[in-house]
Amino acid sequence: MIHYIWMFLLLSGVVAAAAKGRIDLVTSATLTGAKDAITVCFGLISIIVFWLGMMQIAQDAGLVRKLAKLLGPIARFLFPSVPADHPAMGYILSNMSANLFGLGSAATPMGLKAMEELQKLNPDKQTATPAMCTLLAINTSGLTLIPTTVIGLRLKYDSLNPTEIIGPTMIATFIATSMAVLIDRYYQRKYSRKG
Amino acid sequence: MFEFITLISKWMLPALIVFIPLYALFKKVPIYESFVEGAKEGFPTVISIIPHLVAMMVAVAVFRDTGAMQFYLHLLSPISNWFHIPSEVIPIGLLRPISGIGALAFVESIYREFGPDSFLGKLASTIQASSDTTLYVLTVYFGAVGIKRSLYALKVGLWADFIGFVASLAVCSLMFL
Repeated sequence: MIHYIWMFLLLSGVVAAAAKGRIDLVTSATLTGAKDAITVCFGLISIIVFWLGMMQIAQDAGLVRKLAKLLGPIARFLFPSVPADHPAMGYILSNMSANLFGLGSAATPMGLKAMEELQKLNPDKQTATPAMCTLLAINTSGLTLIPTTVIGLRLKYDSLNPTEIIGPTMIATFIATSMAVLIDRYYQRKYSRKG
Repeated sequence: MFEFITLISKWMLPALIVFIPLYALFKKVPIYESFVEGAKEGFPTVISIIPHLVAMMVAVAVFRDTGAMQFYLHLLSPISNWFHIPSEVIPIGLLRPISGIGALAFVESIYREFGPDSFLGKLASTIQASSDTTLYVLTVYFGAVGIKRSLYALKVGLWADFIGFVASLAVCSLMFL
């Protein structure tokens, strides 16, 4: 999929430039695009270095684990098919709380561990279980406290108020995540009636 | 209500950077060492996205600077006008579930043209930040345990992305217009 999109962007640009008789635009866009990518990356380093440092403190202090504990009742409601004392539940909780702190690099391994444990509960190893679908629904809607990359990019473009979008983002994500859970439940029922 | 949301935006970061170290100190964590230990990973993390960002930002720059983007946005304008969506953010919404960095390249493009503090800039920021790359998550998670039939997971993920887009549009319109 990504291959086609990338090709589409490049090809339609070249075609448009050729049609205009300004093929030189392609060359200059290529060079500026590459140069800007590097400056954007360096612009992002500052906030990401800082935030990862902060999150290490949160992890070492046991805050991520603490949050996981607080999320327990929600997770038991979201994953009724997983026994509360099953290791899968622990990984699901760590995954949720790491996501919330914006610890992508810690959330993914926890999520994969959770998938492995859920796979052990799965009678048909090639077909997803409803619990797996719920875990993915939560992970794809991306609930997070501090969206560091976007704040970093805003900072790079001299925003007067780079964190202004935290509130609206939380509301939008909260709506998306709760709707994802509802839609997931809807399909779950539909599917279990069929099967 | 909106004052409350603004308050969250203003206080979230300051509150966390006081609360986290304070709590850690209370738990007898050597906070300075912890910070440095975690921050070390920041540099390689960012450097590892350079190839992706170069690939995407070159493609988006070619698409944008040659006038191809304008052409397609114009094609889409009947739809975007009908739903009152600014056509500039449509590429972000379309790309977000497929490639997070591709969408980010379009966000950057909007900052460049309209500024990060314009309505479009804030809207683009919110759309980008309020979702995750659905296709990538699905591939990695199901791939890791060898699931072949993913049931309705993709449908749910894409619905969530669509709802996130609409919700971002609604919240930003109410707050920033």
